[in-house]
Amino acid sequence: MVTEVASCTFDRLELDSGATLAPVEVAYETYGELNGARSNAILIVHAFSGDAHAAGEGGWWSSMIGPGKAFDTDKYFVLCSNVLGGCRGTTGPGCINPETGCPWAMSFPQVTIADMVRLQRMLIDHLGIDKLLTVSGGSMGGMQALEWAVSYPERVASAIPIATTARHSAQQIAFNEVGRQAIMADPDWNNGNYYGGRLPGRGLAVARMVGHITYMSDESMREKFGRKLRTPDQFEVESYLKYRGYKFVDRFDANSYIYITRAMDTFDLTQRGALPTLFESNEARFLLISFTSDWLYPPYQSLEIVKALRGRNCDVAYCNLDARYGHDSFLVEVEQQTEVVRGFLASTFREAAANA
Amino acid sequence: MANVYGRRDFAIIGELIEPKTRVLDLGCGEGELLAWLKEHKQVDGRGVEMEGARVQKAIARGASVYQGDLESAVEDYPNLAFDYVVLSQTLQETRYPLAVLRGMLRVGKRAIVAFPNFGHYSVRLAWLLSGRAPRTDRFPYDWYDSPNIHFLSVLDFEALAQQQGWKVERRICVAGERQVTWLPNLMAEIAVFEVSAGSH
Repeated sequence: MVTEVASCTFDRLELDSGATLAPVEVAYETYGELNGARSNAILIVHAFSGDAHAAGEGGWWSSMIGPGKAFDTDKYFVLCSNVLGGCRGTTGPGCINPETGCPWAMSFPQVTIADMVRLQRMLIDHLGIDKLLTVSGGSMGGMQALEWAVSYPERVASAIPIATTARHSAQQIAFNEVGRQAIMADPDWNNGNYYGGRLPGRGLAVARMVGHITYMSDESMREKFGRKLRTPDQFEVESYLKYRGYKFVDRFDANSYIYITRAMDTFDLTQRGALPTLFESNEARFLLISFTSDWLYPPYQSLEIVKALRGRNCDVAYCNLDARYGHDSFLVEVEQQTEVVRGFLASTFREAAANA
Repeated sequence: MANVYGRRDFAIIGELIEPKTRVLDLGCGEGELLAWLKEHKQVDGRGVEMEGARVQKAIARGASVYQGDLESAVEDYPNLAFDYVVLSQTLQETRYPLAVLRGMLRVGKRAIVAFPNFGHYSVRLAWLLSGRAPRTDRFPYDWYDSPNIHFLSVLDFEALAQQQGWKVERRICVAGERQVTWLPNLMAEIAVFEVSAGSH
């Protein structure tokens, strides 16, 4: 599957903070064909470190998106964009502030999950899509899927939030804060002003190493590394984390790390009202998925959302998939996930066509 | 009577349920009944099932099924959210059947309950002749690995309905392929009751 990243620029975007970004650019990729009725569009929303390249060679969710896969590009038009505040083509702290001609760095306005979703909505408006067949993603992608369903219920026929939460717990905020502090403790971070100079690579790599630990499970780490040695004085797991950490530095901006993790931490649907009231008369279908070994986004967080949806008798399906790979399961253990997503999508598509 | 996945109780329930209604299926398994109701009666259905592998199959089939314990699941729905709440072949496996039935009649206008009749003559005979926990076609388990923790007959259910003031709207008893009207407590293998909360 050949993929190509496209880009779209909008004049302005109003943010939750009251600030305005003008202009704002969004990078996206599409796969498959939009049908005549424009009823087969699926928005894939990426997790914290993802980007618009979701499918095809090296795509972060290529296991789920493609011909014959869960998000079947022979049947559906699949779209994925890089989030606001990111560093992979969409406007973020590493971009040039048009007023100063210098990178925004830490003067970039604070962004929220709702801001990210607002920009995505502008993109689907631009592409002429009235209603998405579904919006789906895991982790922070799940937060965006929930935000879509709450903010633009009339624009989605369904939502598939996976391994996610309506609000971060203290534990989730704590891990993010360790990552941020690791970056800020790196002297090369220089209050965010490192563009054109030495990158805060050591701090960012440590942040990523912590992240990777939280994405795995005790079982998957035992299986993958155990106490194996790479060299006489280095465990396999140490070498793996360092490799992943330093590889991350090549493709991710430290300031984006700070901005996006803050957006995740401040996301809290319950600030807008008790969870069930947010889904009052919501006619979208929902499929929530959690994983038994996910201790970073534990199943109880999905269940809280499911309970709220059931409290308003919304159309919701939920399953807690038996998986060994912890939070990473939604990316790597996709066989069962594929089965439920495929069936859910097919029935949603049928119903949407029948009601059209 | 329609054949619904080879299940007599499904076929009966499928006939009892009016088209275009809202249905909650407790212990819905792989969602066979829900899928059938959706296709043939345009029913807006939901299901609850404990076992993950079954939930996956049900969702893959297109049913909106929630993985969880049916006894607590009923609590989350608003009052009278459904036209029917179905409990098929599971009442005898629940820890607190009365609480489940009350919950069903809170969230649904009608409860449809299907269960194997412990008053069937084969059960009585097996018990009488062997002196051991009865094993029959409908109760095929040894006592130590049976999912059934309560044993009730047609008469038991009717007595409970009367005691609780529930109205039995319909009762269908079957043995094999036949409907039973004569001595149902003795002759029925499976009983299906449709009850409402009554007038109080």
